[in-house]
Amino acid sequence: MANRKIRVLVAKPGLDGHDRGAKVVARALRDAGFEVIYTGIRQTPEAIVEAAAQEDVDVIGLSILSGAHMALVPKIMRLLKERGMDDVLVLVGGIIPDEDVPKLKALGVKGVFGPGTLTQDIIDFICRELGLETMPAMAAAQS
Amino acid sequence: MYDKEEVTRVREAKERWEETTVQQALARFPERYETFTTVSGQPIRRLYTPDDVADMDYLRDLGMPGEYPFTRGPYPTMYRGRLWTMRMFAGFGTAEETNRRFKYLLAEGETGLSIAFDLPTLYGYDTDAPEAEGEFGKCGVAVSSLRDMEILLDGIPLDKITTSMTINSPAAVIWAMYIIAAEKRGIPRRQLGGTIQNDILKEYIAQKEYIFPPEPSMRLVVDTIEFAANEMPRWHPISISGYHIREAGSTAVQELAFTLADGFTYVEAALERGLDIDSFAPRLSFFFNVHNDFFEEIAKFRAARRIWAREMREKYGAKNPRSWTLRFHAQTAGCTLTAQQPENNVVRVAIQALAAVLGGAQSLHTNSMDEALALPSELAVRIALRTQQIIAHETGVTNTIDPLGGSFYVESLTNTMESQAYDYFRKIDALGGVIPAIEKGFFQQEIAEAAFQYQMEVDAKRRIIVGVNEYVEDTPMEIPLLEMDPQGYERQVARLREVRRTRDNREVLKALREVRRAARNGTNLMYPILDAVAAYATLGEIMGVLREEFGEWEEPAWF
Repeated sequence: MANRKIRVLVAKPGLDGHDRGAKVVARALRDAGFEVIYTGIRQTPEAIVEAAAQEDVDVIGLSILSGAHMALVPKIMRLLKERGMDDVLVLVGGIIPDEDVPKLKALGVKGVFGPGTLTQDIIDFICRELGLETMPAMAAAQS
Repeated sequence: MYDKEEVTRVREAKERWEETTVQQALARFPERYETFTTVSGQPIRRLYTPDDVADMDYLRDLGMPGEYPFTRGPYPTMYRGRLWTMRMFAGFGTAEETNRRFKYLLAEGETGLSIAFDLPTLYGYDTDAPEAEGEFGKCGVAVSSLRDMEILLDGIPLDKITTSMTINSPAAVIWAMYIIAAEKRGIPRRQLGGTIQNDILKEYIAQKEYIFPPEPSMRLVVDTIEFAANEMPRWHPISISGYHIREAGSTAVQELAFTLADGFTYVEAALERGLDIDSFAPRLSFFFNVHNDFFEEIAKFRAARRIWAREMREKYGAKNPRSWTLRFHAQTAGCTLTAQQPENNVVRVAIQALAAVLGGAQSLHTNSMDEALALPSELAVRIALRTQQIIAHETGVTNTIDPLGGSFYVESLTNTMESQAYDYFRKIDALGGVIPAIEKGFFQQEIAEAAFQYQMEVDAKRRIIVGVNEYVEDTPMEIPLLEMDPQGYERQVARLREVRRTRDNREVLKALREVRRAARNGTNLMYPILDAVAAYATLGEIMGVLREEFGEWEEPAWF
């Protein structure tokens, strides 16, 4: 399993500049032993999928607080599928109304994390979804 | 302020008390934490006495309200004369929908307007631009041309009410739309009162709605300051904002220090243009966050007034006392609202609003309980406004000025925050000033660090957030959320196309050429922008010319 660290792309699609959460999550994931690539703000869906392919990531975390998630996420999921990358674990964080959660999940998003989420919950979720028995920091240390 | 011998007696009594009474109590009941800190991590003592403010000189450090150094308040009578302006930040969907919300809020007793624009507008894009996909009307109202502004302000008494507009990179264009909309209704620009946020420095630092690089952005800001000094005596051309710095995760001291440092930078840029300080400084205004830690927030506002007054008088040589006074709008802290058990937010907002009033705010927005979930519903926004009205009319806190002045704790904390702000000013100076510090990522890293530490404390339950990491309920409380016009986008795009079809395109092209010329030759951009707006050039067209001339700023992506 642990020939390399688990790679996570933290991305901010659309015009939303609220990057507090994305940065906190990126740092918490890095501290937990993931290799984290942060795109910065104002990325197009195309640029995000391109970065995910280039960096060969295992996980994509999309942070959207502007309410534009129902326009941006479907596009990203479609582009991932077109490039045969629909096995990448996609998570969405931000201000997501309850009614949109099942819609995002139907598109293939595995986890949706709203305000008040503890960073440990996100780490645990990724480990569970990727079938990691140990924390990535430990897996990397064993490699 | 205190007799030296008296202070010594107090100190000795306190030491005795710590060693005897407190020790006995601690032996039976240890305190809940080893160290007590504010929400910003500021350590707080068990008890404050005259010994903690022994160096304070009443007349030098506090003075009288409405007089230097304005610690106790910018006006001589404060809320006994006039209550703060109750100004609810509002905007969503189309101009029609937001205009209805404005009229609702005014009918319910708000006393000033505050316009929230959607993200495409904030970035200078028309609603139908490809970059705007999915963002129409989500975070505010879409304004792509003068036509939208006319509808937005329809029936609003612009000669009587003051309007604050949260707009930064495209501030000059949106302000021009407001001015032309009013003038077309026969209200001269000299009569218009209000504020444009127009604080680009905090965009690089925190909110990230920048477009151009810092240099042309500062030039545009100074153009608006100069225009206001010459033509708009009742307008605040800038609202120097700590709000977004705090929302991005800063501490209270960082908010205080970075905001005032930005303020000094604008002053210096305007002086460099050759403006006389007393011609523009009285129209500078501020905007602060009001967060959870009650006394820390009050101390922050008091320290801000004192620092600003001192620097404006001593360092920049302003002569007019109006130039020395820091006047501010406050907004309760959006980042403290919880999506869990949202009704609890009503309580948080009430306590934060009370801190703003006790800190001497001139204008206040109270957040709605549902804002961690969606844009505010009518019900939620009414409760938020009523919260201010209850503080104003029922609590008695408006009867006297600065009622916490003289509190050993509040005065000591005010002094501490002031001195920590000066530590930051020295650091910023050492980096070469605010703009070089932005380019080096100094503010961004300071804020990201503070935000991360805070989240770690919440994760570890060293800080309790009611309903989030303690007192959690499984069954979510249901509150009704705002429903927006589902045809809004089509309506807005149709209107925009109609504007482009029916205007005189020759006139538009000529006006856009004038904008480009002014951008190149350095003359004040406000005048050609006013002409372009009046010809119904769109926001995207005008900003497009400036994008071509000034280029776009990109921040390195680090965390």
